[in-house]
Amino acid sequence: MNTQANAVPDSSLQSRVDAPPVVPPLQTLYWSLRREFWENRSLYLAPLAVAAVFLLGFAVSITHTIRRIAQATSLAPEKQLQAITTPYDLAAGLLMFTGILVGVFYCVEALQGERRDRSILFWKSLPVSDFTAVLAKAIIPIFLLPLFLFAATFVLHWSMFLLTSAALSASGQSVSAFWTQLALPQMSLLVFYHLVAVHGIWHAPFYAWFLLVSAWARRMAFLWAVLPVLAMVALERLLFNTSNIAGMLGDRLSGGAAEVMTMPGTMPLHPATTHITLLHFLFSPGLWLGLVVTAVFVAGAARLRRYRDAN
Amino acid sequence: MPCIEARGLRKAFGNTIAVDNIDLRVEEGRILGLIGPNGAGKTTALNAILGLTSFEGDLKVLGRDPWTDRERLMRDVSFISDVAVLPRWIKVLQALDYMAGVHPRFDRAKAEGFLARTTIKQSSKVRELSKGMVVQLHLALVMAIDAKLLVLDEPTLGLDILFRKQFYDSLLNDYFDGQRTIIVTTHQVDEIQNVLTDLMFIDRGRIVFSTSMDNFESRYFEVTVNPDRLEQARTLKPRHERQVLGRTILLFDGADRAQLAAIGEVRSPSIADLFVAVMSRQPGRSQGAAQ
Repeated sequence: MNTQANAVPDSSLQSRVDAPPVVPPLQTLYWSLRREFWENRSLYLAPLAVAAVFLLGFAVSITHTIRRIAQATSLAPEKQLQAITTPYDLAAGLLMFTGILVGVFYCVEALQGERRDRSILFWKSLPVSDFTAVLAKAIIPIFLLPLFLFAATFVLHWSMFLLTSAALSASGQSVSAFWTQLALPQMSLLVFYHLVAVHGIWHAPFYAWFLLVSAWARRMAFLWAVLPVLAMVALERLLFNTSNIAGMLGDRLSGGAAEVMTMPGTMPLHPATTHITLLHFLFSPGLWLGLVVTAVFVAGAARLRRYRDAN
Repeated sequence: MPCIEARGLRKAFGNTIAVDNIDLRVEEGRILGLIGPNGAGKTTALNAILGLTSFEGDLKVLGRDPWTDRERLMRDVSFISDVAVLPRWIKVLQALDYMAGVHPRFDRAKAEGFLARTTIKQSSKVRELSKGMVVQLHLALVMAIDAKLLVLDEPTLGLDILFRKQFYDSLLNDYFDGQRTIIVTTHQVDEIQNVLTDLMFIDRGRIVFSTSMDNFESRYFEVTVNPDRLEQARTLKPRHERQVLGRTILLFDGADRAQLAAIGEVRSPSIADLFVAVMSRQPGRSQGAAQ
């Protein structure tokens, strides 16, 4: 969208005579999203910084890496594969972990911060509904953050790949065997699918929950979001000696990968061992239940934003 | 259609009644000054009008219920609430981009024109601006909205007298066109005396006094009386008395101007003088309590 084109509304001449001019809802949403990135630069700076540091470390230890690749040829096939893919799994895992941290802290602050600094009075002076504002804040961790993490992982993986290929050919080793074994394009596809399906959609209820608590809590939203849940887990254990809540949460937290693909463990995301099970995912009740819970939490957060006064 | 119409407007926070059964009607094209001591309920009443707080009673702003219809109402209403509340992280340029993006009636060129008269740079963040500059920025943004109703809650707080004067001149010359409605609250009441068309005093959640400025000027007179004429003056039933430098200043409501001229020096009171006179007659409020 072009800012200049949107910038000058044609309202001044006709406005108070004709029907009121209206900004399309998608345009309002677009600017609500832009504003989140202006305010929360850590959303992209933190993953970029982590990726840069990782790449630096990888570059420094490149001789070690190509030695490992050379030694791996004498190992069993699965060990060989592991030796080659471990740095790539590590890179992807690190960025995913960074993304979870960034996303959780973003959500915790998203609705409490604007009340604390009273800027909510400015946002509410504009024709943007509470629902649009909260929806934008939910879209960030659920859709845009996974896409950005994929872009960062993609660039990092391919930089590592190019560095390794250059080092291998400089030392006179075969590059093609490495390319075949690594299968980076397929690996990138798996990372993309995993990020969108697990870190975005499957984890969406968590982010929506943090938003809801952020809209409600006057301070310490993180503690309010976490401690009561832990208390419920402990209480269930004490009273009934069961762990249904803990099981449910654990399933939501770490069970996503098993819903969206078949794989031996949580890693590696490699085409030799991992297969996308998109149909299974689309028909899993957990997916739809999670989306319903997300919708309820987001709607609740929007309603709370309307009622809560500035602190 | 009146711009604002309220009947039985009420808002309580727990046991504290902030707005107590207010009836209010503001026609289009008026500039209303809402004057009251701290905690009188001004901000709560304005918040109800702006859809920022729920309320009891009937309230229509531009024909809409502000609480259920805030988003659409804000296309036609702009406001500056209380103090500068612009987010500290935002850059001036981003604020302009955002406003232009979401507001159908924001005139970016106009806002840039207002900003060009200040020393504010578009690359600056709000946190880097002085308090006065933040208010200037906020005013520039709000005055560039082609709104039907503009609400200014203490708009000139923290500004020096030069800018305050400039602000009200600009409000009248560049913004007010006879059709818009403006509501303004301020403690610097005398600075807006020549700006207002209507005046309303609010105290402890109630409207205690309301008049148009035309009426104000033809009805209220202040007479400075020498001690020897004081008894004679008191027979004309002044509403309020105060002592200044050994002479007494009496405030009359609806007295005959010619009759007053015979006992002393007659002039129109300031809003502040009338405010003190009205507030000192409120039950439970001593003369000095209303500031």
